[in-house]
Amino acid sequence: MSLPNVVLHVADVHKRFGGLHALADIDLQVEEGQTHAIIGPNGAGKSTLLNVIIGKLAPSSGQVVFEGTVLTGRKPYQINQLGIARVFQTPEIFADLSVLHNVMIPALAKRDGAFKLSMLRSLEHEHAVRAEAEHMLHDVGMHSAREDHAGSLSRGDKRRMELAMCLIQHPRLLLLDEPTAGMSRHDTNTTIELLKKIKSRGMTKVIIEHDMHVVFSLADKISVLAQGRIIADGTPDQVRGNPKVQEAYLGGTA
Amino acid sequence: MLAMPRKDVVLFLGFAAVVLAMPIWLQPFGAAYPDLLNRFAIFAIFAVGFNILFGLTGYLSFGHAAFFGVGSYAAVWSFKLLSMDALPALVFAIVVSGLFALAIGFLSLRRSGIYFSILTLAFAQMSYNLAYSVFTPITNGETGLQLSLNDSRVLDRMFSEPGPGLPSPTLLGTPLSGYVAFYFCAFFLIATFFIAQRVTGSPFGMMLKGIKSNQTRMNYTGVNTRPYTLAAFVISGMYAGLAGALLAITDPLAGAERMQWTASGEVVLMTILGGAGTLVGPVIGAWLIKYFENIFSAINDGILTQFWGFLPDGAQHTAVLISSKFVGEGWFLTLGLVFVLIVVFLPGGVMEGVRRIAALFRPNKPTPASAGTTASKPHPAE
Repeated sequence: MSLPNVVLHVADVHKRFGGLHALADIDLQVEEGQTHAIIGPNGAGKSTLLNVIIGKLAPSSGQVVFEGTVLTGRKPYQINQLGIARVFQTPEIFADLSVLHNVMIPALAKRDGAFKLSMLRSLEHEHAVRAEAEHMLHDVGMHSAREDHAGSLSRGDKRRMELAMCLIQHPRLLLLDEPTAGMSRHDTNTTIELLKKIKSRGMTKVIIEHDMHVVFSLADKISVLAQGRIIADGTPDQVRGNPKVQEAYLGGTA
Repeated sequence: MLAMPRKDVVLFLGFAAVVLAMPIWLQPFGAAYPDLLNRFAIFAIFAVGFNILFGLTGYLSFGHAAFFGVGSYAAVWSFKLLSMDALPALVFAIVVSGLFALAIGFLSLRRSGIYFSILTLAFAQMSYNLAYSVFTPITNGETGLQLSLNDSRVLDRMFSEPGPGLPSPTLLGTPLSGYVAFYFCAFFLIATFFIAQRVTGSPFGMMLKGIKSNQTRMNYTGVNTRPYTLAAFVISGMYAGLAGALLAITDPLAGAERMQWTASGEVVLMTILGGAGTLVGPVIGAWLIKYFENIFSAINDGILTQFWGFLPDGAQHTAVLISSKFVGEGWFLTLGLVFVLIVVFLPGGVMEGVRRIAALFRPNKPTPASAGTTASKPHPAE
């Protein structure tokens, strides 16, 4: 039996803000192709952990390794170019541009790298990128809205488009920060469906979530964070049955 | 590789036709004389270039007059040292202003939003003051840099003996005066419009629009935004240098007042008035401002007395007194009021007005998102 391939390794990470120990001794291994959920009550350190992974915050000690490369100290665009895409709690999109252009920009960034002075060819003649973007919009069910102004979309559609913007880059790791926060039940369900669909592509995902319904529908593995520490780790069933988790977070109801 | 979408070709040809026919269609407006036409072309180039930075990336520079001034000085120095021919002057001016923009952009682009604007303003005012003081050997201070009889003009001397009196700029032997000068400037306006059109429609232009729209997403999309904004800054600085050089070619002297903050503010006004982010808007803004500057600043009390002649004596006197504050030296008051009205009621500038009117005539057709949305926000980048 071969060992599972670890894509992301958060190794002994500590993060202190002054006297507050926001993250303590975090050790996390995310295996290839899995959907790994990080859950925990408010203030448990979920967002801090995500920001440490993505390079927005530097850990006080420890490091984050992605496929053998240390992420700590790299800039967000460099981390993206390594193959990590991120979905934000509030969708970060190009509100002034059309849906199609929103999806074409990440495709161009993937093709051309962090910087390319490509002024000679017209965007209209970038047939390959355009076709790829249209195909991606088909996949997420937004093709008919491709000429719409992205800022005028519903919250659910913005999220869907943001996912398309990440997926078109074929990331090896997708980070999702509360992908259904602030959504109606209907939008939440369509987003879960979409995430299930991309789950079957074998992409590794780390999802930070609050909504138990979402977590138990999607996750292969769950880590429970409370007061900056991982208090439990395992499959959804193991976590659900863990009395420590019930005490800290689920309150015995799940 | 250089193929353009059909609608771009139509826009370009239409634009070229309008520019080339300016001496004809500006007749009824009393603006069809070469000196003013030159200014129309020159300031349109300045505004089109400025728009590549401000309109596409959202970075609001308050110091672009510095590059304009540097272009003028560089052109006059080329006249003095090399030749009275316009081509070396243009090349020299574009290179020097480009390098100057590279240095200032490199430092200023470390910040965004209001801090970026203030940095560019500071650098431009610094250049302006240095031109008056430390750099007097280069700029000739308050007198301004002028041609003189004992300039070396190395290239010209190789071919001919200097004639009597001060020479004037030429293009391969043809004197650049009157309509020849205008068509020389018009050629560059059309060429730079074409380049701006290519930049806007390219993947590079799309990246700039992305930076304006959401810089955070751009970073998490794997784009290093700094070199993109720096490239846009340098391109627009080179446009300003070209415009400054053309002004020096039509009138071979350069003064520091061209670098003052009011000159930087003027190009911002032109771009916003016409419609930032659109291709044609800045050109229209430049033309409107230069036209009204000429018309309004030429009106004096005599003309006003005649204009209000139909009123009874007392009322006429009051009307002249009030309206005289808006013309002549006071024409900036008119400009200010027009600017306030545009920003409040038409934030997308004249081009938004045009779009709204166009929409009235075809009410059932919603305008697609890509058509003009970049124009709707005259805010600096976050």
